[in-house]
Amino acid sequence: MSVVFVLVFAAIIMAGAFLIAFIWSVKNGQYEDTYTPSVRMLFDDPEMKIDEETEKGKMKTDKP
Amino acid sequence: MSEELKCIHCGNSCGKSPVIFEGNPFCCSGCSTVYQILHASQLKQYYQIEPMAGIKIDEMQLPASETYSFLDLDQFKSKILNFSEGGISKVSFFIPEIHCASCIWLLENLHSLNKGIIQSFVNFPKKEINITFNEKEISLRQLVDLLVSIHYIPEINQHSIDKKSADQSDKKLFIKIGIAAFSFMNAMIYHFPQYLPGNEFLEADMKKLFGWLSVLLAIPVLTYSASDYFLTAYKSLKKKMISIDLPIALGLITLFTQSLVEILSGKGIGYIDSLTGLVFFMLIGRWYQGKTYQALSFERDYKTYFPLAVTKITDSGNVTIPLEDLKPGDQILVRNQEIVPADSILKSATASIDYSFVTGESMPVTKKAGDFVFAGGRQIGNAIELTIEKEVQQSYLTQLWNQVENPLTAENKLNTIVNRVSQYFTVVIVLIAIGSGLFWYFKKPEVALFAFTSVLIIACPCALALTVPFTFGSTMRQYGRKGFYLKNTAVIEHLYKVDTVVFDKTGTITNAQSTDIRFVGKQLTAEQLLIIKSLAFHSSHPLSKTIFNSIEADEILEVKNFQEIPSLGISGLVKDIRINMGSRYFVTGEMSKDENLKTEVWIYFKDAVAGHFQLENEYRPGLRELIRKLQKTHELHLLTGDNDAEKANLIQFFGNDKSLHFNQSPTDKLNYIRKLKQEGRKVLMIGDGLNDAGALNESNVGIVIADNVFNFSPACDAILQSKQFGKLDKFIQFTHRSMTIVKAGFLISFLYNVVGLSFAVQGNLTPIVAAILMPISSVSVVAFASFSIHLSAKGYRF
Repeated sequence: MSVVFVLVFAAIIMAGAFLIAFIWSVKNGQYEDTYTPSVRMLFDDPEMKIDEETEKGKMKTDKP
Repeated sequence: MSEELKCIHCGNSCGKSPVIFEGNPFCCSGCSTVYQILHASQLKQYYQIEPMAGIKIDEMQLPASETYSFLDLDQFKSKILNFSEGGISKVSFFIPEIHCASCIWLLENLHSLNKGIIQSFVNFPKKEINITFNEKEISLRQLVDLLVSIHYIPEINQHSIDKKSADQSDKKLFIKIGIAAFSFMNAMIYHFPQYLPGNEFLEADMKKLFGWLSVLLAIPVLTYSASDYFLTAYKSLKKKMISIDLPIALGLITLFTQSLVEILSGKGIGYIDSLTGLVFFMLIGRWYQGKTYQALSFERDYKTYFPLAVTKITDSGNVTIPLEDLKPGDQILVRNQEIVPADSILKSATASIDYSFVTGESMPVTKKAGDFVFAGGRQIGNAIELTIEKEVQQSYLTQLWNQVENPLTAENKLNTIVNRVSQYFTVVIVLIAIGSGLFWYFKKPEVALFAFTSVLIIACPCALALTVPFTFGSTMRQYGRKGFYLKNTAVIEHLYKVDTVVFDKTGTITNAQSTDIRFVGKQLTAEQLLIIKSLAFHSSHPLSKTIFNSIEADEILEVKNFQEIPSLGISGLVKDIRINMGSRYFVTGEMSKDENLKTEVWIYFKDAVAGHFQLENEYRPGLRELIRKLQKTHELHLLTGDNDAEKANLIQFFGNDKSLHFNQSPTDKLNYIRKLKQEGRKVLMIGDGLNDAGALNESNVGIVIADNVFNFSPACDAILQSKQFGKLDKFIQFTHRSMTIVKAGFLISFLYNVVGLSFAVQGNLTPIVAAILMPISSVSVVAFASFSIHLSAKGYRF
């Protein structure tokens, strides 16, 4: 049954990592605004169009 | 009428003569200017994301270009900027006009309008924009001017500066919840094997490990997540009061010590899962209750209303000085749309002062040189010069705030239903605990201590503590959907207790937006009306606009020799007929005797005075019905600063004149509320302007009526959208339903307590009973409260 000890510690370390990630995200301000990002992600990227016309070479590397 | 042309910027009707730019119709030149700015910067997508989402602001209503000159001064700049280093600065503004996806898109693409803007982020719920910009390319003032030019006018005042440091408590609560959840989940895993049949075969080492890990998990929950409960329990004990937090704190401590004893003695692993779960649920309740309307402000006083800086006229030119440096005797300049910051005397010939935020009266008041001008008015038209009479702090309006005592007295705060219940609750529980301890002491002494602690553990009033947050929290959300915004959930209980309702008149029971127009004089012909409408078309004065809109005609005639004399009136030639329109003095040469009476616009036609238009604010629709319903349950009063010209009309509404009070100054209103309260009445004050601010603060519940809830409104407990005014009685009635549901929730949690206690007094409270009973009681009370509020709001037509 000693494997359970290993598993218990592995589990608590993993859970602890998530807790730290959560605290970091709260301090980082990710919960301050839970609405705007949902709208923002729907906008087309306007920079692509403009930059394609003016500085073609520069933008190419950024394209996926 | 056929299809009307709609302005492609703001969606308003373009009327008969739209402004056309590139084949697109606009209602006014203000809208087309914004379109041109956006068009030039390739930002036309603004009109595609949400059609006609633009903000309409008349050119007359835009702040003068010098208004923001104070932003060039370092002393203001450093206060407003969040961060500044090496020319890169960050700033955040509150912009009440942010309302849609287009707004977000445009404001986040500000860098297309000016290269100096590096990045801009919108926080939509807060209606806030955070901008990072390069000060070498664009100054703070230019940045604000840029926002103004596209009609997103940021709010810059004392309040927006003070607010910056105060936003941390929400984050703390999230972290507390996170830690409690983490401990709760893990503690459940460690406890679970114990609850299964065959747990006696579990290795002793394993048991020990699980026990100690649980204790480790409980420590941060107890010391950090639950720290507020201990703190408030201690504070209320010091005041010799019992609050709901006391039995909670007692239960938590007992849970922890009992678990510790069991783990140390190797008997079991205790109740840590119940302990952490309890804290987790209660914190969730706190979060649910505390969620408020981020973009609304309920705490505004004169500081938020007045500007940060004023323009002082000195021998060596105009200088910008901070508001607090203003002294009696100073000469100041107040431009179009700026606010008179202190009581003063007018030096310029005439002024047109809009007191709508102060009194609720929508029509501007004309002042002449030498007149006394109260602070709080907004100048409309050309810049005026004033001599300051009193310091800002000593002004009539600002003094109101100094007279109001802090409304959150201890009595007010602790006399809530949950605290009254918990007083009895705590006493009864402690008695039962001692009783069962004593009973077992004589019968079977080794069980005595356990029975005593079991009672305290199982009686920990978690479900009781959750009833109010979830019932009132849900009620508040239901109200919010219907346009009634509460400052916090405590307002619901105060509203429930109210037995007296006091109304303000102007702007509250009358509608500032729509006016009743009558013409006094010889009946005008259709042609005369058309001529008047044509003349009024050329003026942007609010009165001209009201008259313009009130006359129906299909065309506009040409006006020659149009002249607008600020604060007096307009004149022109239409069809070679001279007409003058304006104040009585302007048209007839006589001074009007009774100035405070109704607003009048006099007309001079051809060669004689034709008569005058009389403008009166209309009563809000649904007022009669509302008063009739409220009268059955509440005592009604009316306080107004106006004279009794409307008395006859008001008696029709209120039935008698005993409770109607005219010529009331703001201080009179405040004292009247105070008197009612001294008579033992619970008072609801309904007002709208700054002159009601004292009364709103003094009353048990102060509700402000607002056309746009995001605009300035004085400090209050709740904001009601003016459209919903007629439903006020329903909102008040609904508090009775909420209260019934709270009581039912209490009953449910008591029933659970009875079940739990029956285990506890017998000395049979095993961890598994606690682990099942405590979460179930919490969850079922939460579900009951939320669903029943939801259902009863559905069945109840607001």
